Amino acid sequence: MLISFCLNGELKKLNISPDRRVTDLLREDFGLTGTKEGCGTGECGACTILADGEPRLSCLMLAAQLEGKKIVTIEGLSDGQKLHPVQQAFIDYGAVQCGFCSPGMILSAAAFLRQTPEPSRDQIRESISGNLCRCTGYQKIVDALEAAAKIMQEE
Amino acid sequence: MKNQIPQIGSSFPRNDAAAKVIGAEKYATDYYPGNLLWAGVKRAGMPHGRIKQIDISDARKIPGVYAVLTRKDVPGTNRQGPVHKDQPVLAGKKVRHCGDPIALVLCENRDTLEKALSQIRADIDPLPGVFDMDAALQKNSPLIHEEHGNGNILSNLVIEQGKGGKGKGEKGIDECDFTAQEFFQVPMQEHAFLETENGVAWQDPGGRIVIVASTQAPHEDQDEVSYALGMKPDQIRVISPYPGGGFGGKEGATVQCLLALAALHSQGRPVKMWWSREESFAAGYKRHPARLHYWLGAMKDGTLHALHCRLYYDTGAYAHFGEEVMTAGMEHAGGPYRIPNTFVQGWCIYTNNPISGAMRGFGVTQANFAMERMMDILASKLGIDPLKFRLKNALTRGDKNPAGITLTHSTGIRDCFEQIRHHPLWINREKWKSRAGLFKQRGTGIAGMLHSAGYGKGLPDGAIAKAEITKHGCIRIYSGIPDMGQGNAATLLQIAGEELCQEASGMELIQPDTDKTLPSGSSSACRTTYTYGNALIKSCRDLKKRLIHRAALIMLADSEDGLALVPGKVRHLLTGEEVSLKVIAGMMQAAERISVCNYLMPVAKDMPDTGKDFPPGFPHILFSYAAHLVYVEIDELTGCIEIKKYLAVTDAGRILNPQIYEQQIHGAVAQGIGYALTEELLLEKGQILNPNFADYYIPCALDIPDMDSLSVETTEHSGPYGMKGIGQIGIDGPLPAMTNAVKDACGAEISQAPITGQYILNKLQQ
Repeated sequence: MLISFCLNGELKKLNISPDRRVTDLLREDFGLTGTKEGCGTGECGACTILADGEPRLSCLMLAAQLEGKKIVTIEGLSDGQKLHPVQQAFIDYGAVQCGFCSPGMILSAAAFLRQTPEPSRDQIRESISGNLCRCTGYQKIVDALEAAAKIMQEE
Repeated sequence: MKNQIPQIGSSFPRNDAAAKVIGAEKYATDYYPGNLLWAGVKRAGMPHGRIKQIDISDARKIPGVYAVLTRKDVPGTNRQGPVHKDQPVLAGKKVRHCGDPIALVLCENRDTLEKALSQIRADIDPLPGVFDMDAALQKNSPLIHEEHGNGNILSNLVIEQGKGGKGKGEKGIDECDFTAQEFFQVPMQEHAFLETENGVAWQDPGGRIVIVASTQAPHEDQDEVSYALGMKPDQIRVISPYPGGGFGGKEGATVQCLLALAALHSQGRPVKMWWSREESFAAGYKRHPARLHYWLGAMKDGTLHALHCRLYYDTGAYAHFGEEVMTAGMEHAGGPYRIPNTFVQGWCIYTNNPISGAMRGFGVTQANFAMERMMDILASKLGIDPLKFRLKNALTRGDKNPAGITLTHSTGIRDCFEQIRHHPLWINREKWKSRAGLFKQRGTGIAGMLHSAGYGKGLPDGAIAKAEITKHGCIRIYSGIPDMGQGNAATLLQIAGEELCQEASGMELIQPDTDKTLPSGSSSACRTTYTYGNALIKSCRDLKKRLIHRAALIMLADSEDGLALVPGKVRHLLTGEEVSLKVIAGMMQAAERISVCNYLMPVAKDMPDTGKDFPPGFPHILFSYAAHLVYVEIDELTGCIEIKKYLAVTDAGRILNPQIYEQQIHGAVAQGIGYALTEELLLEKGQILNPNFADYYIPCALDIPDMDSLSVETTEHSGPYGMKGIGQIGIDGPLPAMTNAVKDACGAEISQAPITGQYILNKLQQ
């Protein structure tokens, strides 16, 4: 099946089996291994990508669902010059430990903060509740997202 | 990493974060070498049985199947295990748990692999299974390891100390004014690291096997694979990228032996194996389920006098670290208190359940739950405030601990309890409780804890650090121990930055690789930064001397006095003359540019009456300490428990990086909250009923409250700059603190985990 979609700002056209999992397509065909897989069944959120700005679990998506979509993976979140405020805050506020959940967590949060510029800590917690982290206890992630929200508002 | 000197004591951002947040960090899962084969394992699916035949003929015929291997294809001993070698790489005669591997398949792609695995037919004669420890101990119980000399008992040991002869603890109990007895049970816990067990391997043209794996112990893997497959250790190279979590579950080979075996049969083609989440549940290592019988006694003035306890750990089908976990539990069974008479008996038992091994807390988490519940139960019998009771009995330096070891190192438990006592959350607790809303009950609970650091006596805990000045003048640190998330790698750069006065941009870190880094033990046991850090300080100081010496020669200075390392150069302080590290390095020979230094952790000098016959790893001399306070609110209608506040006070020695310190405490407490409230592997005849994150519930962001993490900064004189490891201790507190709080809230005496809403509701209705 021929599909075309926009991947991190570039138009892609490819002939591909429509039932290929998007996680595999990204990781194996495009080498975008920043998209992680932690469960393969849509429970952990590590494979989160943005499809037309909305967080989606790429392990539950099939290639055909990419048609016409604007896809952003962790590799395409920043503009190439400067890190996205969420990425920078993750570094500054110690929100990264093993880092395996970070790409998915950052993308979920970036989408949320775009829609909710002044979130409470509870709202932040809710927004990332589909992204499991086993290292941090989430507190420094919430701290980072509070800070990122302020920076995004100023920008 | 910011371009500053990463000084000791500052919350310098971790060097690994930048690559991780842009998705550039390459984990083992991210290796897809060209022309690779996918490898997968056929698992027994039956808890106990004798293998009659494994029919691989149909699987072999499937196009795209490269090889199907069984026991007869395994060279060497076919035995793996980090300590006890009782676990087959591929089972040939017997299966002992559902996750036992019986065939290894190599395929061109994953779809074929799935098909081929389903086409392997195993003819296994079922044997009666042993699924609980009582059954395993019955005289006529089926034997899991027939060749093992002691029935299903992997290990049974006793710690005794105090006055009088045998049975000191029991005699001591008779002398007590007040005693309390209780039985506790805790379930099997899953590590649930986000990156499941995986790796790639290939055979290089010289015949060496190269393994890239998600592992906590690359140098130990080399030995384990070598023993299992009958290869010389130098024929195996293990490369360890940053693991995506570990928590103990990636210590001891997971995919390593299987991958090496696959690579021996792939004619040089790389082989990739990546366990699914379900497979990780089925075959990965767990926290030991345990049963704990406690009997604790005190005199009427509130002085603890005797402890008599029996600890049973279910190690599952194989030993793994079972005996070591059990002895650690025994050593910590009396908590951070002075108890003059103890009798602690431990059993570690084989069953046909999944394999338990090392998990953050290492046997202590189980025992500390029981001990800290007992402290509250006994305090209530004595009519003493539970915090005062703990303070009265808290260990201080110079005391003998309940295992009979004199505490000669930093001992900050008293200060931890004192900080709780003076904290507003403790002072205002009654006021908070009295303000519970409709249908809500509120309670507060505390727990004390201690956690050993290092491998313990008989298992040399050493590290060999390597620091280099590259010929371009960059400081390169070779980290021999993986950083599974705890931040030791970043801390090594902080140590180097401090010692050599270099900015982050002038330093780089080499990840563990048995060809490049030197054997420095595993990423475990609160030892990683402590042991390697001590070795690295020596290496850095040695390198510094060499740089200064060379600089003096270049500057024609007849004394090294007044020469100082500054970022990127050496400066003569008197004249201001400078020479860059690049120039200095350019004049040094390769051998001179590398400094290798080692460090060996101290061990206990005294050996109590009991313990002489213990396996290596007992006792310990260095401990971290902590006290936790939790506020909980129970919903009377649903039984649901909500954690409203959590305070952890930890004696970590000197804190080298407050941000990384907090990460460790937060993370450990969160895992402990999961253990307390939701996490339980449900087993039915050795089969896991909830092998996924929908049914095995680990905490999400909504389940963990904001935590306060304070510290007691003792100085641990043996540690790098006074630090000691605290990666584990935080997990030992939440379950006992929360059960104590639930008791305070609603009167329910809880002696098992997890504390589910249903369980509370039943208790409330009783």
